[in-house]
Amino acid sequence: MKKLLLACLFMLSTASIYAGGYRVAAQGQRALAMGHAGVAVVNSAELAFFNPAGLSHLEGQLNVSVGFTGVLSQTKWQNQETGQFSETDSGLGTPFHAYISYKINETFTAGLAVYTPYGSSVEWEKDWAGSHLVNDINLESIFVQPLISMRLSDEISIGGGPIFVTGNVNFNRNADRSLTDLEGNRSNVTIDDSGVTNWGWSASMLITPGEKFKLGINYRSEIILSSEDGKATFSNFPNSPLTPANTTMGFQAELPLPAELTIGASYEFNDKWLFAFDYNRIFWNVYESLDIDFEDPSVPNSINPRNYKSASTYRFGLQYKALENLTLRTGYYLDESPVRDGFFAPETPRNDANGFTGGISYQVNDKIAIDASFLYVRFEEVDTSYDPYTVNGQEAPFEGTYNSNAFLPGIGLTYNL
Amino acid sequence: MKITYLKISFILSSILILISSCEPELDPSVEDDRIYESGNADFSNFVAVGNSLTAGFMDGALYRSGQMSSFPNIMAGQFEFVGGGEFNQPLMNDDLGGLLFNGQKIAQNRLVLAVDEQGNPAPAELAGNPTTEVTNTLSGSFNNVGVPGARSFELTVNGYGNAANLPTAANPYFVRFASSPDASVIEDAAAQNPSFFSLWIGNNDVLGYATNGGAGEDQTGNTDPSTYGPNDITDPNVFAQVYSGLVNSLNESASGGVLFNIPDVTSIPFFQVVPVQAVPLDEQTAAQLNAQFNLYNTQILGGLAQAGIISQNEVQQRQISFSEGDNFVTIQDENLTDLTTILQGPPFNLDPQTAQTLGQLRQANSSDLIPLTAASFIGTTVNDDPTLINGVTVPLGDQYVLTSEEQNKVQMATNAYNETIAGIAQQNELAFVDVNAILTQVNEGGIPYNGGTLTSEFVSGDSFSLDGIHLTPKGNALISNRAIEAINAQYGSTIPVVEIGDYKGITPSNNVAQ
Repeated sequence: MKKLLLACLFMLSTASIYAGGYRVAAQGQRALAMGHAGVAVVNSAELAFFNPAGLSHLEGQLNVSVGFTGVLSQTKWQNQETGQFSETDSGLGTPFHAYISYKINETFTAGLAVYTPYGSSVEWEKDWAGSHLVNDINLESIFVQPLISMRLSDEISIGGGPIFVTGNVNFNRNADRSLTDLEGNRSNVTIDDSGVTNWGWSASMLITPGEKFKLGINYRSEIILSSEDGKATFSNFPNSPLTPANTTMGFQAELPLPAELTIGASYEFNDKWLFAFDYNRIFWNVYESLDIDFEDPSVPNSINPRNYKSASTYRFGLQYKALENLTLRTGYYLDESPVRDGFFAPETPRNDANGFTGGISYQVNDKIAIDASFLYVRFEEVDTSYDPYTVNGQEAPFEGTYNSNAFLPGIGLTYNL
Repeated sequence: MKITYLKISFILSSILILISSCEPELDPSVEDDRIYESGNADFSNFVAVGNSLTAGFMDGALYRSGQMSSFPNIMAGQFEFVGGGEFNQPLMNDDLGGLLFNGQKIAQNRLVLAVDEQGNPAPAELAGNPTTEVTNTLSGSFNNVGVPGARSFELTVNGYGNAANLPTAANPYFVRFASSPDASVIEDAAAQNPSFFSLWIGNNDVLGYATNGGAGEDQTGNTDPSTYGPNDITDPNVFAQVYSGLVNSLNESASGGVLFNIPDVTSIPFFQVVPVQAVPLDEQTAAQLNAQFNLYNTQILGGLAQAGIISQNEVQQRQISFSEGDNFVTIQDENLTDLTTILQGPPFNLDPQTAQTLGQLRQANSSDLIPLTAASFIGTTVNDDPTLINGVTVPLGDQYVLTSEEQNKVQMATNAYNETIAGIAQQNELAFVDVNAILTQVNEGGIPYNGGTLTSEFVSGDSFSLDGIHLTPKGNALISNRAIEAINAQYGSTIPVVEIGDYKGITPSNNVAQ
């Protein structure tokens, strides 16, 4: 059996897919199974992410939740005017999370959270029709957050803590729509940086007016990742003073990890049924433009307007305690795309999405439960374009029809002492 | 416990199977559904016949990446959406483009845009030893039967691909891929039983004459092409007869085809880059030159007019005058009375060299065209003599200027060919591409595409390659799109066009011979 399990995990890690957009909401198996709603659900150490204030409500002295999710996702693109088509060749995104909380006394609970809310791995067919916008991108970030939760009264708790972020980015695109070296290899640029760090914070509140009804609010601050020590590698450029040389140079760029506000409620109908609703607002409007400033002043900067708008997600979750040791969960969410029409860049081919979730928890013994979740994301097919790409100051929109979906199977463990 | 592991493993495996079979689907899908119509034409076996333009010749050479962006290859790529088959091309051996014949280099490498030490970009030959040996003949049949340099009537000549007939009666490019030494181009094309064809021929029937400044002959009236020189204008009746035969041969097996007409040669950068006013002078030099020519302008021309040897009109045409600024070049015009002998006799008694210089001398005017080949010649000196400056004190030879009389001849022949092509297209209900109108539009304001405008501006216009005659991949993409539109209109097909912006313009490189 172990062999089979290992085989499955191995398949997971080599299966080919990518993650749409760069906010990947998979920060807890139990919440994910309920439409990723959890700001007002007191359930497990997953609260370290969803609402640290709630940690002080957890039973037991020590609570641990760990897990990871395989993000298997694919996008197809085509342009019926020209007959061009392409698809992303999958990579695997594996967001993970590890949360631990320790009850110091009735008032204070300390915690530590490690999670990966932002990341993306998109690999289009090399030199595809939109290769002047992106060939492939890999973005990873890890958030590490010490937490404190404080129970102010029976009704009100607060929580929060500073966030340390470390990120990596690797982004390759062709220089333009046609430039090659003499052998016909497309000229391209790769930017690569790792260990980009910065700090942020989150703060939350949990209000429990009664036994059954809970209200939660959680705010996570914006964190700007400023890449200053990365390398930009220019490849396959022709040998000419009219084009950049094939060389490696420094660059500067900023990528915002936007702030996020969640407000939600949960209600226990009875011992078996629980309903949860979360309203998410991600302040994507901070992402105005991806500007890459190359060290060599003779190489023009790469200005890539994004013009994102802040976007909301509506999350609904339902939990059913079927047996003493078995809990079933399901959920749905509607995710509004932050991308405006005319700014649909294929490195984050993310449109409005419907997420359908499900999952189970199996209580192995008093202390350990296994949590499994599954998310299917269906992005709406969209005819759109990326307009701000310019050639000698003239716009050259990149148009087409996109369709994406994603599967996120996840598994985790909950430990309670 | 074991059962739990088994269950989880089973669930995970099921999920993976589900996922791998659950790709997102576009509806309709270009990849999976047949969404384009072929109409009432059959594109399964497309054969393209023509000259350098069909072959994908550009930047003064035939080279691999240029061939890959030949207009018929671009079209064939789009035909694949409506049942088109493979499109084989007689690819060159390398991306340099030069040709070897028995080891001797007989064609230069492609031109690239090189930047010199002063920072000026200019076309230069790409460095490297060409590896395409003409006598290494290719086997198999080729859908692209474009033969650079071919004139209309040469497509029907048996032995045009016979190495033994080189260099005059054979074509090295056809030698490479002729099915046999005695085959003709049209025989090889028709033998493939094309289901669809393109024919773009006739450009070289006027182009050689034009690019050589009208140094050849206008053979209008001479119906025996075997007597033509390499830079002559083909008689329009010969063209009409040959052309109609070519179309009949190709049409025999084909469900349809597309014909292209001949652009006005004056719309190409080859005649637009070098201005007629190519001689910049300061005031002092201009005055010095005027003094030199003063005697000629007044005494000699006046005397000849008085003697009735030349007309007053010719006296006016022959006036040489310079001023501060850009001046018209001096040229030798074969339409002027040749005074070389007279000037050597009394009362002028000029030495033979001076007499020849003045013999048919005039200054160019705004209706003359200077070919691109003169760019590197104007302003050079003869035998390092600083007083003998080509285009100033030494007139440009006939091959360096296309006078308005010569332009008229080219124009007349082009118009006659185009009438024939349009007529035959109509008679045979074939698709027709008015390249003449398209390139005129490129020349006059340009044709916009997604992200730019194609103009005939040399280098920056992106339409014409560095030889100033042949199209760039972008230019070929434009022609392909117009052909596809004409085909769709004629045959009721819905073949998609290409994105012009995805194709290359000029290639910059400093890998040039120093």
